[in-house]
Amino acid sequence: MAGSAVSSIRIAPSAGYVATKATTEPALVRWLLIAAALLFLGIFLFVPLGVVFVTALEKGVAFYFQTFRDPDTLAAIRLTLLAAGIAVPLNMVFGVAAAWVIGKFEFRGKGILITLIDLPFSVSPVVSGLIYVLLFGLQGLLGPWLIAHGIRIIFAVPGIVLATIFVTFPFVARELLPMIQAQGNEEEEAALTLGASGWQTFLRVTLPNVKWALLYGVILCNARAMGEFGAVSVVSGHIRGLTDTMPLHIEILYNDYQFVSAFAVASLLALLALMTLVVKSVVEWKSGQQLKQQILADGEEKP
Amino acid sequence: MVFKHRSILPGFGLALGYTVFYLCLIVLIPLAAMFLKASALTWHQFWHVVASPRAVASYRLSFGASLIAALINLVFGVLVAWVLVRYDFPGKRLFDSVVDLPFALPTAVAGIALTTIYAPNGLLGGPLLSIGIRAAYTPLGVTIALTFIGLPFVVRTVQPVLEDLDKEFEEAAASLGAGRWRTFTRVLLPTILPAAITGFAMAFGRAVGEYGSVIFIAGNMPMKTEITPLLIITKLQEYDYTGATAIAVAMLVASFVFLLVINLLQVWSGSRRSAGSVKDFGPLNADLRPAWEKGGSE
Repeated sequence: MAGSAVSSIRIAPSAGYVATKATTEPALVRWLLIAAALLFLGIFLFVPLGVVFVTALEKGVAFYFQTFRDPDTLAAIRLTLLAAGIAVPLNMVFGVAAAWVIGKFEFRGKGILITLIDLPFSVSPVVSGLIYVLLFGLQGLLGPWLIAHGIRIIFAVPGIVLATIFVTFPFVARELLPMIQAQGNEEEEAALTLGASGWQTFLRVTLPNVKWALLYGVILCNARAMGEFGAVSVVSGHIRGLTDTMPLHIEILYNDYQFVSAFAVASLLALLALMTLVVKSVVEWKSGQQLKQQILADGEEKP
Repeated sequence: MVFKHRSILPGFGLALGYTVFYLCLIVLIPLAAMFLKASALTWHQFWHVVASPRAVASYRLSFGASLIAALINLVFGVLVAWVLVRYDFPGKRLFDSVVDLPFALPTAVAGIALTTIYAPNGLLGGPLLSIGIRAAYTPLGVTIALTFIGLPFVVRTVQPVLEDLDKEFEEAAASLGAGRWRTFTRVLLPTILPAAITGFAMAFGRAVGEYGSVIFIAGNMPMKTEITPLLIITKLQEYDYTGATAIAVAMLVASFVFLLVINLLQVWSGSRRSAGSVKDFGPLNADLRPAWEKGGSE
């Protein structure tokens, strides 16, 4: 359950807590608590976010866009898109399969399977990269064999893709699982009884029910895939224009004292993060609506 | 749990087979490879690396700063969750959504932004320096970055518990003569504590392994501001694969212990929650309408 309780979408339609005098605090205490909480969030979240955009535009809009004409920057953006483009669909297919088998069936070892799927959440990104170096690197277990066959994985694109897959491994499964479990098996059983095939049932019954959770899982997985730094840094080898992803390119620019360019590239990733948060809000709202309708419909069936 | 009647749903074999296959390919085999590599070390070699003064200094920083950051998040996380659930104020939804920012923002972006803010000439680093506090390139800077990284955990574990909380308990406490503070410490705190501690453990676990957001602000001086994940990278860059593996194994074992503790905490917190909830007694609590209908004038 490690990282999940937190990243998961929450569908608790807020009723608005109706406070009475006995169960709330004096106005002064209330405002002090609100001020303290907002000050904390302001300093730790809004200030860093603001700094990214302000610094990126420090030398004007023209300079901002000039950063994206640099061939190394463009190569980094392309590699990031490629790595996410491979990692996200693979993890999506895995996530759907895992959520299906865990959510719809009872079997021995289910708890262990869930824990193992969560494992990449609790492994340091640096260790995530290291395990692939130890497997595929020059000194690694498969290293000599790979060299003999002229296959490069570490310090090359395949290593970056593998590390990206590893760190974003649990996201889709983790978002889908609670939704698939909450839906129960009745609708699928009804579809099968009425003669639908397994795939038809899955595509027409299960998928529409969990589409919002799936969408959020994919978006979150994508944001993490594009933003991964530690694991990718270990396997990349930092070859400019070849094995640099956007986060690694940010590091290079920053260490070269090209702060404004570093923040310009960072602003793209920050926009991606903001977009992810917006999608999350929309998905929470949508699945709240869906749940509400379902409960209303259930209520009409059994008066 | 023994399976009583077989499900008629199809795809069990295919889905389970694929899940296990992909899990082995991406996660289990590479992890096993590392333990295999580590098993080639003698105990003496392993201990020599893991207990070297530089490594011990890095554990002290990584674990110490993570602990302080998680404690900050424990206190402020409960506060933020409380304010978001119980009070109304302009922009509440915005603040609620932004809590997840540290999950979505790439760590390198957070790292350079925080360093710019807390550098001696930065927005907050300047004022801090004028009162004699250096933030960036010190253990304080590491703690700030780790606080950022762990911020959502406690908020997001405590929030649903507060939302589910039955107001009856507080009313009962109030009618029995307890003040708000007493109600909070005796009634509310025990209820949210398991969730808060789970969030604390998650924030701590995440912080210990964190790399991207820390290395920019840390200064990375051996023995002083070098975190354990950076030490692994340093060893790798020196082609010291043995050293890197030994420290990585030590870290990995530590994170497995955390995973176990978190799972146990969640079991505990789950049992505490259901034990305290009147809803589980079913028909006794007649009003089973969903929460949004009860308050509703929609």
